[in-house]
Amino acid sequence: MGSVYRARDLHFPNVVKLVAVKEMINTAPDPLIRQTIVQNFEREANLLATLSHPSIPRIYDYFSEENRSYLVLEYIHGKDLEAIISEYNGFLTEEQVLTWGIELCDVLSFLHKHKPDPIIFRDMKPSNVMIDHNGDVKLVDFGIAKTFQTGQKGTMIGTEGYSPPEQYRGEATPLADMYALGATLHHALSRRDPRMEPPFSFEERPLQKINPSVSTELNTVITTALQYNPEDRFQTADDMKDSMLAAARKTGILSKVTTTIGQADGIKPLWTFKCEDEIRSTPLYYQNTLFVGCYDNNLYAINAGDGEFQWKYPTEGGIVSKPVAYEDNIYFGSEDHRLHVVGARSGKVVWTYYTDGPVRSSVRIAEGHAFIGSDDQYLHAVNVNSGRAAWKFETADPIRSTPYVANELVYIGNEAGDFLTIDFRGELKWRFRAKRGITSSPTINKQMVVFSSLDGTLYALDHRNGFVIWRFRLGKGSVSSPSVVDNIVFVGAADGFIYAIEAGTAKELWRFRTEHQVSSSPVIYKDSLYCGSVDGYLYCLEYRTGRLRWKFGTEGQIIGSPLVYDDIVYVGSTDHKVYALLA
Amino acid sequence: MDFFRKLFGGEEEVPKEIETATTAPLTEEQIQSILQGPNVQFDLQQLMAASGQSVGKLRELNEDSLLTLTTTLAGNSGSLPFGLYIVADGMGGHQYGEVASNAAVRIVAGYIMRKFQPYLFGLKPSPPDESLQEIMQTAVREAQKTIQSEAPSSGTTLTAALVLGQQVTIAHVGDSRAYHIYDDGRAEVVTRDHSLVKRLEELGHISEKEAENYPHRNVLYRALGQGEILEADVFTVTFPQAGYLMLCSDGLWGVVADQDMFRIIKEAPSLQRACQNLVQAANSAGGPDNISVIIAQLIG
Repeated sequence: MGSVYRARDLHFPNVVKLVAVKEMINTAPDPLIRQTIVQNFEREANLLATLSHPSIPRIYDYFSEENRSYLVLEYIHGKDLEAIISEYNGFLTEEQVLTWGIELCDVLSFLHKHKPDPIIFRDMKPSNVMIDHNGDVKLVDFGIAKTFQTGQKGTMIGTEGYSPPEQYRGEATPLADMYALGATLHHALSRRDPRMEPPFSFEERPLQKINPSVSTELNTVITTALQYNPEDRFQTADDMKDSMLAAARKTGILSKVTTTIGQADGIKPLWTFKCEDEIRSTPLYYQNTLFVGCYDNNLYAINAGDGEFQWKYPTEGGIVSKPVAYEDNIYFGSEDHRLHVVGARSGKVVWTYYTDGPVRSSVRIAEGHAFIGSDDQYLHAVNVNSGRAAWKFETADPIRSTPYVANELVYIGNEAGDFLTIDFRGELKWRFRAKRGITSSPTINKQMVVFSSLDGTLYALDHRNGFVIWRFRLGKGSVSSPSVVDNIVFVGAADGFIYAIEAGTAKELWRFRTEHQVSSSPVIYKDSLYCGSVDGYLYCLEYRTGRLRWKFGTEGQIIGSPLVYDDIVYVGSTDHKVYALLA
Repeated sequence: MDFFRKLFGGEEEVPKEIETATTAPLTEEQIQSILQGPNVQFDLQQLMAASGQSVGKLRELNEDSLLTLTTTLAGNSGSLPFGLYIVADGMGGHQYGEVASNAAVRIVAGYIMRKFQPYLFGLKPSPPDESLQEIMQTAVREAQKTIQSEAPSSGTTLTAALVLGQQVTIAHVGDSRAYHIYDDGRAEVVTRDHSLVKRLEELGHISEKEAENYPHRNVLYRALGQGEILEADVFTVTFPQAGYLMLCSDGLWGVVADQDMFRIIKEAPSLQRACQNLVQAANSAGGPDNISVIIAQLIG
């Protein structure tokens, strides 16, 4: 509710003397509220007038005009620390932060030793710290000196995230300022804004984990300042300053080399199997056999235990979809326009079904019917016994997404960005339109249907009516199908990240960077996430934290998704090979 | 294959209680039959709500504000149950809490209703462009701005529930609460109190028992009108069926135990009476604070 102006003091017409004019507009309609505001303003002015310290701006004057009040202050050439943190690319150096921390201890020490009563700053945070053109700190905004009322629903004074526990109870002592300084330095070194986190949660964000270049010495200083119990913190600003000086001397303020994530090289596949062309599809495990479609037009059946070839079934087009097993038959689409059904053991054709375009969507079988999309723009519902169409639904653009069936409805996206819900009679229930194509396959979690789009958005819609419950911005478009486990949505995107998003709130839990697009769909098995990337690696991450467990390099791109069964991960690569790895 | 033939055979199965689809709102008998038979499905869903409020016995001023808005839009076009329920509890005695809570309710509801105007009242109903969660988040931000200019340094809690079909999207700041109360007696708090005492409990610094007698029970670390960055908790849950969605200020949940709330709701002949009896229970227990309660029920 206030602005700060850069102004020129015209009492000195022959020189340019700049001042800062802090304006407070009093918009409160209630006269009593207005009066309180003016009183607060005057209190700040009077307090500042009595203080003289290089890190505290000087005050020249104050006045009120109708509903506006003004403070005339020393002009500081510089920027506030919050802006510096957010604009700086990467982490500020330890040396820099230590220097500012030591100066801030100096000014806090000055305030705390003020006579007759110590002054508690109460609102130490990056946006109240200015760094001037010499690189020195100035503490600004002394506006919240105020007493607390107990017994009433407490107004909280200070800034959430930086304030210590006791300040919420209305106790403000010098030790509260020490905590807030610790929080400020933690923010500066970690780039994690504590206002976005629950209060008193610094322990959950260990500094050295986020920014490994922070020395153990400085980390100890900040941890001490952030102790929950005031008696466990530094008891004076001078104590904290001494510890920081010691930390600076000990480390020689040499920033350490950032440690890179641990790589588990030397992972040996249990077996590999080589096809004659690229594998862009996802394998299927069924009765100790791995079924995988290949760009060489064949569906391969491989012994899942040892990778021995069992049979192959030739089609007349590339196979990019995931096969599905149903009643001892394997269902899969091919770019030869057909849905093929072959016996799981024999590899002999049972029936085929023709569409009018390449089939890149995978089959979903429910209620005795196979649902599949085609580039012919139709969603087909095919009776599994007769191999004949029960109905076709036209969508006006190719369908590469795999249908999802639940609640007696079929959910499907198409390349135009339409998301459609069709009932078992082949009638449209509701429709939603994304800005670009929906190649990813939807999944349903509780009451929401989740899918990603090439428009760079992950959508969660009400599965009954298509109302958008939330949207999450991905860095780029996505063809990766989300999976949901533990109320967390996992999805990859063309920006190279694998994302983990909380399903109820659409809040990002973590993201993991790979070196190229992620078209593969993440798979969760036990407490790990498995996902491929176009950079050629299969990644295994801890799914709750996004921490890398291991990665395995192939000689091509991984476009399809991995399959995990019985502690073994199977994945295909454009290097023509299928790999079996220990999960 | 019976089921499947039904769906693909093109022969429409006629629901047994055909007369039920012809009335809106549902008749008392229909409501009773639904409530008794958990498996009876109706095409029409009906949302009902009631509220209660009291200044309490110790306070002179009512700083709570509440709003209920339930629409019934019956006709051939088909529409979803739509409801908006808000409880706001203003902070502090002389810090203009009533100004803040009143502003919060009006601004939030006004913003949401403007967004849903075309959907509810347009001739060609169109859903809003933003997601439900985005709308709630922006509504709270608008209220934050207004409170900071109308009554700076004051603050209020806010718990707002937007019901659309079976989804409940909640925006929440402070220590008013939303509950799911199920017919089997489970009472589940779906919001998280932004209070010091709750946070200390979460961190394990105090036990649940100690929390009950903690001297600073009423201190919040997050409130509408306070702080420069305000992040409301916004999330979507499924409407509790069979059961109730309840919103209330700490004047109720702070003094009436969960199992008593359930019993009172269950025993009351109507939602309205349930609200009145809950308020009465809080007053009988001393009525130390303002009391606000809203109960909503989705039938069908």
